[in-house]
Amino acid sequence: MTNNKVITVRNLVKKFGNFTANDNLSFEVYEGEIFGFLGANGAGKTTAIRILSGLSGPTSGEVVVAGFNAKKQPEQIKKNIGYMCQKFSLYEDLTVKENIMLYGGIYGMRKKLIRERTDTLLAKLNFEEYGDRLISDLPLGLKQKLAFSVAVLHEPKIVFLDEPTGGVDPITRRQFWEMIYETAARGITVFVTTHYMDEAEYCDRISIMNEGRIVALDTPAELKRQYAADSVEEVFIKIARPANN
Amino acid sequence: MQEVIKSAGIGKKFGETQALKNITFGVDEGEIFGFIGPDGAGKTTLFRIITTLLLPDEGEMTIMGLDCIRGYKELRRIIGYMPGRFSLYMDLSVEENLNFYATVFGTTVRENYDLIRDIYSHIEPFKKRLAGNLSGGMKQKLALSCALIHKPKLLVLDEPTTGVDAVSRSEFWDMLKKLRKYDITIVVSTPYMDEAMRCDRVALIQEGQVLSVDEPGKIREGFTRKLYTVKAPEKYKLIQALRDYPGTNTAYPFGDSVHVTFKTDGFDDTLSEYLQRMGVSGVTIEETRAGIEDRFLELMKKNANP
Repeated sequence: MTNNKVITVRNLVKKFGNFTANDNLSFEVYEGEIFGFLGANGAGKTTAIRILSGLSGPTSGEVVVAGFNAKKQPEQIKKNIGYMCQKFSLYEDLTVKENIMLYGGIYGMRKKLIRERTDTLLAKLNFEEYGDRLISDLPLGLKQKLAFSVAVLHEPKIVFLDEPTGGVDPITRRQFWEMIYETAARGITVFVTTHYMDEAEYCDRISIMNEGRIVALDTPAELKRQYAADSVEEVFIKIARPANN
Repeated sequence: MQEVIKSAGIGKKFGETQALKNITFGVDEGEIFGFIGPDGAGKTTLFRIITTLLLPDEGEMTIMGLDCIRGYKELRRIIGYMPGRFSLYMDLSVEENLNFYATVFGTTVRENYDLIRDIYSHIEPFKKRLAGNLSGGMKQKLALSCALIHKPKLLVLDEPTTGVDAVSRSEFWDMLKKLRKYDITIVVSTPYMDEAMRCDRVALIQEGQVLSVDEPGKIREGFTRKLYTVKAPEKYKLIQALRDYPGTNTAYPFGDSVHVTFKTDGFDDTLSEYLQRMGVSGVTIEETRAGIEDRFLELMKKNANP
């Protein structure tokens, strides 16, 4: 992790009619950082991520992602980020190689480069014999590792992961986090959203959203100390419980 | 104490895939019994057999003394089932969903309202809202109310907390605890190890096999090696180095640290010298208590290389 900022958010506000989904958010994320973005259902996480990934513009405030302004240069942002979610990432009825080719093409990579990266990627995952298999024939753990590798195929500045290890077995899960560590160690920022607080424990820093605002932002260790809690889950339950529930 | 479920050697195949292998366990009356395991472990297949929706290929299962194949008609009346994927009609309102389930079981919401009061009161203010427009936490409460409305003796919940935020999940487990006073036995599945502690007993399940059945605390005690938590600012470097250290038995990332066991159950000065040589600085090592997940990892490894 370096001191270079890859995401800068200043006073971000997003309104839908009278409803304020993001209420004056300000935070920074650094190069090579693993940043956990937490909050209860409906806290405003999805809205914020859509803005950070260039899919939606802010109502007001300044958002700079990978050096590009979210309001003026959303297309540039899209080229410089990767995205993976647990539910959907790869096309089940295409082979492993076809999926890689498709994603590489979407990100405008040259065929030669895609081929080179495909070989490295398959070798790294010990996946050589799976190249021509359909995604639907792969076990879940392999699918998820592949989906992550595809999300960083074009060497983005930032990769967004939505509940990346939900439902996988504990060994695969750890192999997956090792891949995340390795990716972060070579300078790619990893932005993780999750409902599962033990995933949050792996992050360098985490933010917790509640009703459109960021109510806590620090390292997991510091938050646990501040709230006298044994786990991030305890911290979360202490501060993310909406007052009217 | 009476055994509510008695399963002996249950097996199930789908084509070439052995979904369940020799599943043997018993569930006691009134307990919260958890099946903990990843996606694809066979939890849903097993639950579909318990709820008489699927026939086993091998083995025997009795539920409250009734055979899971021949007794299906009676069993369906006394089992409440909340499937993982679908149980609510999204285009019916909250109230309509609940009435529908009550009617199907030949009862009324009024008759068993006491049972669901604690749960349903959270969503009752929104009773005219379509189920499709509820938040994840509210859908979960409605689905639970629907599964309870005919006052079942056995409640079967397939991954009720998946995709729900931590606050709602914690509330959900509190609600299950409260159902105890109505003498309802609960069988529940989850892929999340941390939820094991909320159960009276758990079965760890992986690739169609039960690895262990016990009280969560006892499963933890099954981990007999000395376990150390090792921390350093550069986590990736630390894991790589620990893996390569000759004295290491296992090294797994665990949140902000790495859980390590050593071949000799302890370590000496050569470890810190080694880590220093590998360029890992700021290392702290402490002994720690194993959790369910540590034990699960250990059992998975044993199972893989017998």
